[in-house]
Amino acid sequence: MYGNHDTTSVPVEAPAADDPTFDRDFMALIDDDGRVEPRDAMPDAYRRGLVRQIAQHAHSEIIGMQPEGSWIGRAPSLKRKAILMAKVQDEAGHGLYLYAAAETLGVDRADLLDRLHTGRQKYSSIFNYPTPTWADIGAIGWLVDGAAITNQVPITKCSYGPYARAMVRICKEESFHQRQGFEILHTLSHGSPQQHAMAQDAVDRWWWPSLMMFGPPDDDSPNSARSMRWGIKRFSNDELRQRFVDMTAPQSHALGLSLPDPELAFDALTGHWRYGEIDFTELFEVIKGNGPLNAQRMAHRTDAHERGDWVREAALGYAAKHARTEAVA
Amino acid sequence: MTTRDWPLWEVFVRARRGLSHSHVGSLHAPDAEMAVRNARDVFTRREEGVSIWVVPAAAISASSPDEKDAFFDPAADKVYRHPTFYSVPAGVEHL
Ligand SMILES: [Fe+2]
Ligand SMILES: [Fe+2]
Repeated sequence: MYGNHDTTSVPVEAPAADDPTFDRDFMALIDDDGRVEPRDAMPDAYRRGLVRQIAQHAHSEIIGMQPEGSWIGRAPSLKRKAILMAKVQDEAGHGLYLYAAAETLGVDRADLLDRLHTGRQKYSSIFNYPTPTWADIGAIGWLVDGAAITNQVPITKCSYGPYARAMVRICKEESFHQRQGFEILHTLSHGSPQQHAMAQDAVDRWWWPSLMMFGPPDDDSPNSARSMRWGIKRFSNDELRQRFVDMTAPQSHALGLSLPDPELAFDALTGHWRYGEIDFTELFEVIKGNGPLNAQRMAHRTDAHERGDWVREAALGYAAKHARTEAVA
Repeated sequence: MTTRDWPLWEVFVRARRGLSHSHVGSLHAPDAEMAVRNARDVFTRREEGVSIWVVPAAAISASSPDEKDAFFDPAADKVYRHPTFYSVPAGVEHL
């Protein structure tokens, strides 16, 4: 998913074997690394947790179209414009795969959208940051899509079949997203001094928010244990974050750009990159709705939905009319 | 917000000639024609298919997962339906 921070939920303990609601058959299937399919019996909390996570993931994909979509008309060349359009179109598709996966659990897409529009369900906070320059499009592809891929790859093996299958398609498509972002930054970084500065500025602004996409530290992530017990989550927030840092830190050298963390250093002993402490107070402010663009993103989303209403209605009317003529003929 | 959502369709794609159509996912569309067009845009943006079927999700009948044991059990003790059940004398080939 785009962000691991599941803020809407009430913390629930991982199920214990002596819990009366514990479903022995179900847990045997999970322990056997089996897959749960739509019409199987499943614990209610498993179903509700999945609906919430998949919906939040779907919402993130479609809200995520906004920061980049705003640059389609301003891309610096026809080639960059075609690439960006393909990427934003992919994100719409990801939203669709995920809404469809959620619907296999017995909810309606229209209802999930309604919950998004009324603020009852969240999307990833990363999309509440602005994209003032073209270099932001590079930084989003490289860092935001990069972090998303790190989060999503393990979900291709999650216990719920339709979610895992949707994620296989998504991960295949994501790989070009990160590369095109990297290429944008690489081109800018090796361009004029102004272009280099623009690339550096974007990376400076997106680095820490990208690290926060993995969610709060493990000791502060109440839902993780349950998610892991159920095979929905395979690695902890901190493990995934470390994997991302290990991947991107060396790439920044190839870009000729620095990362805004004086404590970032390779630790030969552990084989991992150490990084400085993350200031989560900012993330929690953004989640609460106090980010730079929360209101604008939601207003744009609900406006687009409402203005599309007549199209949805007309298409239904057309289909109904044709069904009638065919019945008569 | 006011309109109910379009009906759900299950989508099947033939990846290339010589293969059968396989289920790839589902989508909402007002009618069959739009379902095929939307399926093209959603599931074959990278040449993943040469043919698409769409089926109204409501038209699919399925075996019940609750009865899967009783329903599929009769096959479990009929191992003689598999070639590996039979012993073949050493040296006999192409059997
Ligand atoms: Fe995506
Ligand atoms: Fe992406």
